[in-house]
Amino acid sequence: MGKLTIDDLKKIKERVKKDTALREGGSTVKVTVHMGTCGIAAGAREVMDALLDEMNETDRQDIRIVVSGCMGMCSSEPNVTVEMQGKDPVIYQHMDANKMRQVFKRHILLGEVQTDFALARMKEEQNEQE
Amino acid sequence: MRELSLHILDVAENGIDAGARLITISILEEKKRNVLTVTITDDGSGIEKEVLEKVTDPFYTTRLTRRVGLGLSLFRETSRRCDGTFSITSREGEGTRVVATFRLDHIDLPPLGNMAGCVIALIAGHPEVDLAYIHRADNEEFYFDTREIKKELDDVAINEPKVLKYLEEVIKNEEKRFKTRG
Repeated sequence: MGKLTIDDLKKIKERVKKDTALREGGSTVKVTVHMGTCGIAAGAREVMDALLDEMNETDRQDIRIVVSGCMGMCSSEPNVTVEMQGKDPVIYQHMDANKMRQVFKRHILLGEVQTDFALARMKEEQNEQE
Repeated sequence: MRELSLHILDVAENGIDAGARLITISILEEKKRNVLTVTITDDGSGIEKEVLEKVTDPFYTTRLTRRVGLGLSLFRETSRRCDGTFSITSREGEGTRVVATFRLDHIDLPPLGNMAGCVIALIAGHPEVDLAYIHRADNEEFYFDTREIKKELDDVAINEPKVLKYLEEVIKNEEKRFKTRG
């Protein structure tokens, strides 16, 4: 299989095993990249690339990446949804690699919602009624 | 779509939506015949006969079933624009095969693009689905199969970031050998 070597794969396996031995419980953050035709055409794959890069740099083991299809808001693609345990989900719009890196570093790692990129905040309606 | 690899990613996602367990992507570059052939096969639920006739119509949408969309009509247009042929065959309960050909030296042929990114995005999003990727040219061949990799990884998940990073670099490196077009 080309230059993919079983030795290299085994080394990575051992390294990952060592890391995951320290892992506790399941995931607390779910990041969804929407990859329908619209999302892909608008650059969702570059967003996914950036997200995977960031994942590779962090030691956090409780972040899960999910891919889903079009959610019917094609004009705001690429969309990314961040769901943190106990918090309202945030949908980000018009994402690119840089915005994804910022959302990862600030929102996912530190909990600061990047409102400039957000499509909507789920609690908005209630606040307006007050 | 700017790259053929994005069409491929799109069609593969269709197959996964249709419940596929295995996606096979094959790219064949035949310089002598001046033909590029892209084949994407899945073992998903397949498409009903009546729907199959309409899937490449851009004004037909299956938003309710979510099996196909605008993606196929865009892919077909790209192939037509490059003097190619396009076909979808499907059998209910068995799967679907999409074959697109292109004239290799056609000026409108988009670059194949980042196939490593396409394969890695598929694995990252759907680690439970297996993926076979074959890229063949006159003198080169690259074969990649997640089933073989999963066997070596045992209980380590294939979508672990470190594993994905390694696989991406391997594929990127291998893809460099295929430099038939600029």
